[in-house]
Amino acid sequence: MNWGRVGSAPFFEIFSLRTEGTYLNHRKRESFRQFMNKESTAGFVFSLPFTIGFFVFMVVPMGLSLFYSFCDYNILAPPVFVGAKNYIKMFTDDVIFLKTIGVTFYFALVSVPLRLVFALMVALILYKTTRITGFYRAAYYLPSIIGGSVAVAILWKRMFATDGVVNQLLRLSGVNSSFPWLGNVNTAIWTLIILAVWQFGSSMLIFLSSLKQIPVTLYEAARVDGAGKVSQFFRITLPLLTPTIFFNLVMQMINGFLAFTQCFIITQGKPLNSTLFYTVYMYQQSFEFYNTGYGAALAWVMLAIIGFITMILFATKRFWVYTGGV
Amino acid sequence: MKTKKRMGDIVYHILVCGFGLIMVYPLIWMIMSSFKETSTIFTTAGQLIPKKFVLTNYATGWRGFAKTGFVVFFRNSFFIAVVATLGTVFSSAFVAYGLARCKFFGRKFLFVAMLLSMMLPAQVLMIPQYLWFQKLGWVGSYRPLIIPYYFAIQGFFIYLMINFIDGIPRELDEAAKIDGCSYYSIFARIMLPLITPAMITASIFSFMWRWDDFLSALLYVNESAKYPVSLALKLFSDPGSSSDYGAMFAMATLSILPAVIIFICLQKYLVEGISTSGLKG
Repeated sequence: MNWGRVGSAPFFEIFSLRTEGTYLNHRKRESFRQFMNKESTAGFVFSLPFTIGFFVFMVVPMGLSLFYSFCDYNILAPPVFVGAKNYIKMFTDDVIFLKTIGVTFYFALVSVPLRLVFALMVALILYKTTRITGFYRAAYYLPSIIGGSVAVAILWKRMFATDGVVNQLLRLSGVNSSFPWLGNVNTAIWTLIILAVWQFGSSMLIFLSSLKQIPVTLYEAARVDGAGKVSQFFRITLPLLTPTIFFNLVMQMINGFLAFTQCFIITQGKPLNSTLFYTVYMYQQSFEFYNTGYGAALAWVMLAIIGFITMILFATKRFWVYTGGV
Repeated sequence: MKTKKRMGDIVYHILVCGFGLIMVYPLIWMIMSSFKETSTIFTTAGQLIPKKFVLTNYATGWRGFAKTGFVVFFRNSFFIAVVATLGTVFSSAFVAYGLARCKFFGRKFLFVAMLLSMMLPAQVLMIPQYLWFQKLGWVGSYRPLIIPYYFAIQGFFIYLMINFIDGIPRELDEAAKIDGCSYYSIFARIMLPLITPAMITASIFSFMWRWDDFLSALLYVNESAKYPVSLALKLFSDPGSSSDYGAMFAMATLSILPAVIIFICLQKYLVEGISTSGLKG
């Protein structure tokens, strides 16, 4: 069907020597076309893929898992309704659950602010454009592009191994080190934090683009008034960047809580669950121990936690985010 | 005064360069290690440049494991990434046009749903979707990795394109409408050509995400001949299946090659995508 000729056909139709029946048929098709081309119909048709996708791939699975979270279910046998047992067990009878919450919070609360500080610092440094700024920007940004890949996770695991490059470099610089970075309860989590901070590139780019939007006239005026570099930063740059910082903080916090691949490949939660991320624990419960009902409950609690954190961040927004415009 | 400024510049460049070097050092180390003889990688981990450049690691790695060569894994990854990307980009453009230019019942609700789908991350959906796909009988095939993307489920891309369409003057649509164009041909003949930059940006990100995607391959693909590179690499590196670190680094280097090539050639689109809509890299 050619959608392009709506409205032009009937005029010629009157002069054509067709029988009454086909004419009426044609009228019907015309009115169907007109119906399809109404703004409300078109909008409905265009958004249909998403409407279907949203229900079929998000709402239904979430609903299904809400039901399973109240069941004893292991994929193989049919689910048995047990009420809130899974949720109660989580908070009263699962030490590892509490441990993973602690580990995940620690990881997110340390790595996200560190990453943002790095991103902001480097953005400020690269703000000054020279001929090779593009090259520098690329070097700092490259790790974020590939940081989520399995290749980098494998590399990281080998770098921090006892005979890995980190210890070798330490040895070269005189420290006789064969420290098991990944085997120590205190340092293992830091290998993951360093990996996360290493990928500050995309936050840096966001900072760079909002730095460029701050009008130069503001700085000129400040200079005339006798403000130094430091007070320019704290009184102009930082306040005007707070919306960007806020956006970055929310997005990165959510992602921080959901880190999976890196932990799954590099540490598997070892040693002694000191690096066991929530998502990895959820995976283990559902697909390694086949406590799928329990895993579904864990997923819902995770969603609640993320929602809660986002809410807290939004609640603090009015105290420190500048929204007055330039 | 001038020399002082000169000195400052030099210090600046040395610092920025040095720090940049630390940033990329792990990657350079991996690439260099892949050219070292596999027995010498860890004994000479401290020195960057291999004494003798060898390509044997690539040859042994390429042979793969479980009777499947890496050529198969790469082909699988390309297939999944390309097909899923086509789906997500076109369906997102379609939906974005409707949401940006038409007023209809339920539009507000869909906007909220879109924002929700942006916020709702894959990891939370991991178990719910697995249970659902299992009910549908999709587990063990590529269907969970591809079909959902044909329904514009990545809100980020819809959002990106709505922003882009909002920047296109409505007069264009109006003029086309007066000339007898329907909404559908406005989309096909006017919008699609105009939003190509946004579609390219979305394609790049989608391709890289699908290429790196490890979690869904881990959940849904259970036949070694169907593994994508990410999953194959993980199993290749597991202790027991291989302790040939040279081959492992060689394959790891190859697996990041597509992302690096995209990064070098299409950096402009990447930077734009991140700085205008906060897509994460």
